[in-house]
Amino acid sequence: MDLILQFCMNGLMLGMMYALVAVGFTLFFGVLDVIVFSHGDTVMIGSFAGLAMYWWLGSYYPELAVFWMTLWVLLAAVAVVALLGMLTADAMIVPLRKGPPLNTLLATMMLGTVLRESIRLFFPDGSNPQTFPGLLPDWSWQSGNLNLRFDNIVLFCSGACIIALVHLVINRTRLGMAIRAVAQDEEAAQLMGVNFRFIVLATFALGSSVAAFAGVMNGMYYNEINFGVGLLLGAIGFSSAVIGGLGNVYGAILGGFIFAFLQTIGVVVMPFASAYKDVFAFGAVILLMAWRPTGLIAEPASKRV
Amino acid sequence: MITRHIFRRALFCFCLALLMVLPGAMTAAAAGKSTVKLGYIGPLTGGNSSIGLGARNAMELAILERNGDAGAKYSYELVSLDDECKPNIGIQVATKMAADRSVLGAVAHYCSAVALGTVDVYHRFGLPVIVYGAVHPDITYAHDYPEVLRIIGTLVNQNQVASKFMLSQGYRRFAVISDTTDYGKSHKEYFTKYIKEGGGEILEEFGVTADQQDFTAELTRIKSLNPQVVYFAGLTPLGVRIRAQMEKLGIKAQFEGVSGIKSEAFITGLGAELAEGCLSFLEGSPLEKLAGGDAFMKNYSARNFKNPPDTMAPFTYVAANQIMDAVEKVGPDRKKIISYLRGIKDADSLIGKVTYDEHGQNSEPYVSKYVVQDGVWLVWEDSEYASGKRSLKK
Repeated sequence: MDLILQFCMNGLMLGMMYALVAVGFTLFFGVLDVIVFSHGDTVMIGSFAGLAMYWWLGSYYPELAVFWMTLWVLLAAVAVVALLGMLTADAMIVPLRKGPPLNTLLATMMLGTVLRESIRLFFPDGSNPQTFPGLLPDWSWQSGNLNLRFDNIVLFCSGACIIALVHLVINRTRLGMAIRAVAQDEEAAQLMGVNFRFIVLATFALGSSVAAFAGVMNGMYYNEINFGVGLLLGAIGFSSAVIGGLGNVYGAILGGFIFAFLQTIGVVVMPFASAYKDVFAFGAVILLMAWRPTGLIAEPASKRV
Repeated sequence: MITRHIFRRALFCFCLALLMVLPGAMTAAAAGKSTVKLGYIGPLTGGNSSIGLGARNAMELAILERNGDAGAKYSYELVSLDDECKPNIGIQVATKMAADRSVLGAVAHYCSAVALGTVDVYHRFGLPVIVYGAVHPDITYAHDYPEVLRIIGTLVNQNQVASKFMLSQGYRRFAVISDTTDYGKSHKEYFTKYIKEGGGEILEEFGVTADQQDFTAELTRIKSLNPQVVYFAGLTPLGVRIRAQMEKLGIKAQFEGVSGIKSEAFITGLGAELAEGCLSFLEGSPLEKLAGGDAFMKNYSARNFKNPPDTMAPFTYVAANQIMDAVEKVGPDRKKIISYLRGIKDADSLIGKVTYDEHGQNSEPYVSKYVVQDGVWLVWEDSEYASGKRSLKK
């Protein structure tokens, strides 16, 4: 029993991380019909920005309380990544919007490589794995095979809060209404006085901030970050968004947890073939897509017309 | 008119070219030495670059020292290429280097997966190569290529020593994680073989991909099996992640790695506290134990290289010197260099005696045991773990 609980705990943490990444993919697709492939690497930039802030604070304000330290690390990550997101949107996504969608796809893929290699080459000792501080207290409660950690629970709950917050912003605020309006019909929204460019930038800032949070969470959960983490995370986040239904926030969350569940199940059921757990998970994604091509929670058709 | 114009232009270009070439030609003539190119291939970027860069610097050091030696007949130039520890890139750069006839010999490869792919290339082009850091047995034993030699021991010896050591420490129950490259797989193969022969028990084996981030599922399963040791066969980046996540899940077992995690990056990636007590095994002796190690370290520091020498530097240093000795002795001819290198027996060097067997394998392997103590890799015999002051996890 405790073993199953531990597996569930691992799966939930992993799922939350995937869901946070998938939410970004789904937001960008919902609003602009673009797939931003550099999103996984944006997550990685978030963790490195957080780490840089931590180092800076450590050398100038070593006396700072852990709570404030965590807050500043998070703020730095969000600020850097939101800015990066807006810059990406303004310089790459909007200008390329009139061209074939393939161009955006390729451009953002290249951007991902540029981000990855920049960290590797220009971050101090960037090619090696870096220690990320735990920051949260490492209280844990052990029972048999179950090791319940306080920091994991905090991370999970804050992840859930972030997703809820995004949901609220989209559904309950004027900004959210404008975002939804642009998503439904960009021209009509503009006719109604919605500032299109502003909304696009705001959406990218929002989606990227969530990615920054995922990056810091990733660092605090594993206590280790490296420049290459974004590549697979991006692929998994995108697949999660697709199996959930691109353009639907609930779908992204569902997709994230399904993917984590598949990976965990892969190891539990076939420990002898653990190397194939990604093959198993991605294979299941292909099957799911064959069964529901528009995703498990598809957008209503009227929205897309 | 036009032809005259062209002729004058050609004359002008010719004179210009002569002016540019002359100074170089004159200095070379004055020194009386022709230049010989030597190659280096290893990971200069990516997760294993700290080792690759240190090894490259050591080869550069060997060449600089030789060029400073008035008695040398040739002057040497280093051509260094990056294999990124990726087989596809490795084959590209190996082909580029081997196809360049002006390169007379090379010291190459830290990653076995790369070396396994490139040995065919060296054979096809007839380029003498000394492998400095890749330990898969097939690199020398799976073929009869005279071009390929290896100065470092194979992982067969390494795992023999490792398993004997672990069993002698009283460990019996092992969980095994290995990456799915040839390197990880064959480490696993020999380790499990020797452990079973020695009476130990392998509880379960897990394969993981080389870019995997999350190991909680595998480790949770391992935790339920309650092993005494978690053995990991793979390189530093994965080693760091697995050790860190073991702690997160509250696994109290001893962590044992292979030569692939014996790097400074392993300790900086984990922090001294988590790395404490981790074990690793590596061919050769550490620098400070080697006769001439201090002098090597002094010369290395004097050159102000950007990176520390790390673990493989002595091997490249010795290998580069062997190739240069060969060039001095038999002249700049690839075939003659190969037969000279093949004949090396009982030669004293920085890393101890070197003898190449009929497969080009250095048959004087010495494997050192290492443990992390206070953020530094120490030779087991010198550590407080061996003296009984501290103890490994049981």
